[in-house]
This record gives sequence, C-alpha cells and structure tokens, in this order.
Amino acid sequence: MDVTHTAALPHEAAPPLTALRHKHLLGIADLSAEEIVLVLDTAEAMKEVGQRTIKKVPTLRGRTVINLFFEPSTRTRTSFEIAEKRLSADTLNVAIASSSVVKGETLVDTAMNLEAMSPSMIVLRHASSGACHLLSRICKAAIVNAGDGMHEHPTQALLDAFTIRERKGRLKGLKVAIVGDLLHSRVLRSNVLLLTKLGAEVWVCAPATLIPPGLPQMGVRVTTKVEHAVEGADVIMMLRMQLERMQGGYFPSLREYFTTFGMTEARVKLARPDAIIMHPGPINRGVEIASEVADGSASVILDQVANGVAVRMAVLYLLAGGTDDETVA
Amino acid sequence: MDPANRRDGVLDVLIDGDRIADVGKNLTADGAEIVNVPAGLIICPGFIDMHVHLREPGQEHKETVATGVASAVAGGFTAVACMPNTKPVNDNAGVTQLILQKAREAGLARVYPIGAVSRGQKGEELADIAELKAAGCVAVTDDGLPVATAILARRALEYTSMFDMPMIEHCEDQSLKGDGVAHEGPVAASLGLRGIPGVAEAITAGRDILLAEMTGGHVHIAHMSAWTTIEAVRQGKSRGVKVTCEVCPHHFSLTDDLLAAPIAYDTNTKMNPPLREARDRDAMIAGIVDGTVDVISTDHAPHHYDEKNVEFDRAPFGIVGLETAISITLDKLVHTGLIGVPRMVELMSVNPAKILRVPGGTLSAGAPADITILAPDLPVTVDKTKLVSKSKNTPYHGWSFKGGVAATIVGGKVVYSNPATGFLQ
Repeated sequence: MDVTHTAALPHEAAPPLTALRHKHLLGIADLSAEEIVLVLDTAEAMKEVGQRTIKKVPTLRGRTVINLFFEPSTRTRTSFEIAEKRLSADTLNVAIASSSVVKGETLVDTAMNLEAMSPSMIVLRHASSGACHLLSRICKAAIVNAGDGMHEHPTQALLDAFTIRERKGRLKGLKVAIVGDLLHSRVLRSNVLLLTKLGAEVWVCAPATLIPPGLPQMGVRVTTKVEHAVEGADVIMMLRMQLERMQGGYFPSLREYFTTFGMTEARVKLARPDAIIMHPGPINRGVEIASEVADGSASVILDQVANGVAVRMAVLYLLAGGTDDETVA
Repeated sequence: MDPANRRDGVLDVLIDGDRIADVGKNLTADGAEIVNVPAGLIICPGFIDMHVHLREPGQEHKETVATGVASAVAGGFTAVACMPNTKPVNDNAGVTQLILQKAREAGLARVYPIGAVSRGQKGEELADIAELKAAGCVAVTDDGLPVATAILARRALEYTSMFDMPMIEHCEDQSLKGDGVAHEGPVAASLGLRGIPGVAEAITAGRDILLAEMTGGHVHIAHMSAWTTIEAVRQGKSRGVKVTCEVCPHHFSLTDDLLAAPIAYDTNTKMNPPLREARDRDAMIAGIVDGTVDVISTDHAPHHYDEKNVEFDRAPFGIVGLETAISITLDKLVHTGLIGVPRMVELMSVNPAKILRVPGGTLSAGAPADITILAPDLPVTVDKTKLVSKSKNTPYHGWSFKGGVAATIVGGKVVYSNPATGFLQ
C-alpha cells in the first residue's frame, strides 16, 4: 500500500486516523498535527505495556528491524532496541565500528546489502543530514530516522511532546522555551516543527552565533536573552552545548556560556512555578544546566528517557501497520 | 546574427576552408557546396564556454578532453576554456601541452587551457605564468579555490598584466565558507545543511576588484551567484576598473528551493557556488539584462555517478552544463523577452572571445569559420541518459525547454548537427 503522498482528507469527512500516512518516518516536517496526536495517543497504550510484569506484546512478531547506527548513541539505540523487543520484533544492531563502512563501503551499498536480507524496518542514525531520505529512495524497508546530521530527530520531539502532554495535559497555548545550540541541533528543528504544529508558543534562545536563519518564518520567537525566553514559561527545554562549538569560535568559553545562558535556579524562578525542565541528554552539568536544576523536582529529564521507549513502540507499531507481509503462501 | 559587425538578416555565409570568406546577399563562388539552412534557424558566431572542467589529466573517470569536446559541440559550443584543477594541476607547460595534444587528437571543439595562478594551486607562490602563456594558456586561475591571499592576488594581477591575460577568480572567502555545503538561508537551515553565505563570494570579489583597480590588472569574476557580488562588480565597472564577470545558467534559472523538492537532498543540486535565493537569482537576471554581466559560462563540472550517489554533505560540488546552457538561456532569457538573441550572442560568443583574447565571436571575413546554429523554437527535453558528456550529473533531468542547437561548425566542418531541426549537412 503506497500511502506516502495521500493528501489529507477534509476534516469533517475523515474517520479517526488509525495509521500514519507515510511509509517512513523521515521527519516531523512530513507529519500532520493529526498524525502526531495519533502517535502520542498510541504511545499511551504502549506505556501501559511497559508497566506490566511481562513487558512484551506480539505485535511485530516475525518482523526484522535493523538498528543502523553510524554515530555513537547509547540512549537512542537502547531505547529503540527495548521498544522493538517489547513488540517482539527480531532486532539487530549494526554499529559503524563493526560494519563494512570501515572497509570503504558507501551508505548506499550498505543499505542495499541490508535490504537484500528483507528487513521490515531500518532505524537509521547518521551524521549526514538527509541520509534517511537517501535510504528511503533505495530501500523497500520502512526507514525510521533516529537522528540525521543537523536535520531532524523526530522520535525525540515526539517523546518530548508526550512528556509535556503527560505533565501539562496539553500542548496548545503552552510557552516552551528552548535554549542552547540552535544552529547545529536536530532536536531543535524537530521540536520547533512539532510544537508549532500543535499550537505551543515557542521561544528559542542562543548566542547570536548559534542562531540559524529562517526561525521566525517557522513561527517561533527568537531571543538572545535567556531571561526573556524563560519568563512565564511552562516548559524549559535545554539543548546540549558541545565543547567543539567553543573550539569552533561560536563563543569564548564554557564558563561564559554558563553565566550567560546556563539554566540556573535563579533563571528557573522566572518561569511559571509549575514549569518543567527538559533535556534530550546527554547533559553537560555546569555548562548548559546547573546540577540543582537537572536533579531538581521540576526536572522531567528521566521521564523523557522512560517515555522514549513508549513513543518509539508507537512509531514502530504505526509504521508496521500498513504493511502486509505476515501471510506465508 | 553577428552583433560584432552589427549584422542581423537573412544572408549567405561563404566559407573558404577553415575561414569565413564573406557574409552577404546572394554570394556565389566557383564549386561552392550549398548548405540550405532552414528558415527559423539562426546562424551565430561560434559559442565559447570559458569555464569548463575537462578533468584530464587525472580524473578521466569523470570526463576526458575527448568526451568533453564532444559534449561541447553537442551543446553548441565551438570552443571551451578548461580549468587547471586537474591532477596534476595545469601549472606548467607540460600539462598545458598534454591537454592541447589531447584536444588536437579529439578535434571537434577548440580547447583553450587556463593555467594555475599558483604552483599546485596551493596559494603560496606564482606558477610559471610566462611559460604557461607561451605553451598556450589564455588566462590563469586557481578555480576550485580562490587565490589564497590578497598579496598573491595582487602579484598575479600585476604579473598577468604583462601578458595581456585575465586572472579569473573563484570568489569565496574560505573562512566564511567553512565546511558549508549549501547556500546559507532558510532552506539549508530547514534541511540541516551547513551554509555558505553569499557574502563569502562578494568579499573576495570586492578584494580583487580593488586590487585590479590598484594594479591595472584584469580580473574576471567567475560563476557569480550572490546579489552582493554583482553589486561589487557594478560599482567596479562604474569606476572604470578592468573587471569582467560571468554567470552560469543554473544561477539565473534555479534557486535553493530545489534542494528540498521535488527530490530532497538531490546531490545534483549541489554545486559551488551554491544555488541561492530568489533575490540572488533575480540579481543575476538583472545583471544580464542591464549589461553588468559579460558572459554566460557553464562551469561544466562532471562527476561520476558513484561520487554523487552518497550523502549530500559528502558529495562533490558541481554539475554538467555544456549540453543544457543554450536551451536554458533561450527558454529563460530570450523567450521570456528579457534579452534578445544579439545579447545572447554577446554573452556566449563575442565577450568570451574578447576576455580571453582568442579568435572568434564574429562572422567577419577572415575569422575562423566557427559557427553555432541555433534552433530557437526546438522543443528540448533533457534526458541525462542521453548526454554526450561522460558524466550525467545534471539537475535538469526531465526538464523541458524551448530552444536548442541545430548545428555546430568548427573550422568550416560540421562537427554536430541535429536532424530534428531540419538542418541537413
């Protein structure tokens, strides 16, 4: 069933959505608000599975899922693997160090070889933006983007939204402040796309050297004053600041970054009293976030990790739903 | 159509051997073979593409001199000037002579090698420019890279002025380019691609225009893409600086929207300088219309399929252009009424000949019988599998244009003809 380019049906005529309209999950950019809500609702049920004693359902039995990771990742890869196992998929991990890439094989050749073994899905993490698009054009398997370069990290944005909705009951109308390296962040891009689609008021904040063009056109407020961003916020989302950005000359020192943009208890006080603190991890204590904040009562950082499994189960389940490869002739 | 002689009419062209003997009404000559050119086709002085990468020596898997000139004549070009970033670099007479030897063996189009500004294109010391000139180079450039420093550019402009040859500049401040792969703007930001700002080009252009003004040398600004660069050239020209410039068809016909759709991250939309925004594209068109732009060149940059069939940021920069330039120019500039055919001939024949100080650009008696015959109304659909070039990396695959090439004549010989236009040899 090719549903990749099906146009949205008129709202009043449409039955409740039960599947994604896309074969692949390449980015939040391709998803409608309705599809995002479907993933979040499905993840509620999946979360319940994770709370059972026997945390396993037969949904993806007989399906092969390959986790193809060209960048080091602990959290995301583990989260996908647990999600796949809870859905009874046959999973395997292909990490760059043990793959043929070190022998000079191209991404396309690697993908075609994996494809020849007929996996149902490939979960791809890659340093190049657009790597998932490239794979989606050559593979029959559904491609799930687990982070491509500086482009998107859709399951992270979905689990962030799930966590916000779980705590706040909604996304619409919430003030969400995102602070950190906006220029190089795939988490930022996916979150901006998702949060604006669901009606949140999104503020983003970074040093002027780390602000990409085009953000106002995406419907977000841009500021270089962290106090403005967090004032009255319902959600504060910190992004990781990598040491290499300092080495790249984007700002003078980690110390100055922390004093100017770091999330301290004093700055958190500017937000709403019930504000939650989020971070996609891994966190740099004392660089973008003070330990008191990261470990404080408002922090939902570990909830995000826990919810990641449920959200990824939902994505895998919904993407598998359209395929019909269970019958054996 | 002969703008160099202000001639435009239904006239006979008499060719004697490899030279034009006469142009006029009802010409006759004893024993002359008569070639009837169907009505609607336009006889022009041979088109010259002054910015081509032939890849030989060293990268023959992308293109060779022989396949490159075959592509050139199929695209209506009677001559090409080839860039020195071969392996090894064309920074000495040996490489220049090799290219010219390969060109003689191939026949078809004329080939004018361009030498390197700096030895090995390393940006450190001047190449042996007198030797390059003597061996047949018509200009120098470090194309692929800018001339590395202001002092080297100054010396190159001073030194080349002795030989009456231009220094061609690939304008790009390397620190601003960084590891950018696409135009810095909202499209690259939404695709998560590292940006190359337009001013990276204009800063180097500005530097070289000031240095040309100071030294009296001739700088030719290659493949302009940013509105700020055109502005710098316009200002330089208004002050009388010896600056000329060129624009490629992709920069006046495409924008960076093509990186996102219809094929997201298509590596055939990746070239350097990159496709930029509508404002930049419109500035290129305005510069072509108002006379600021001297030349339309292609920056024909063949790359092998395997090299392009990779992640966007790992793919090499560049697209082929020889076989699509005339169709794009006729369709996007002439048929839209922005320019007339005489201006197109200036941009693609008269001015490149002047800038490189090579024969051509005219149908004057005694000039080489290099002729491009346009079929301005020919419907053309680009099919990359049918390109003559060894490489197929074009973003125009499947695009339809109005206008094409009927025939290409070099030194009095028909080296390419398209039967679909009614032109019969």
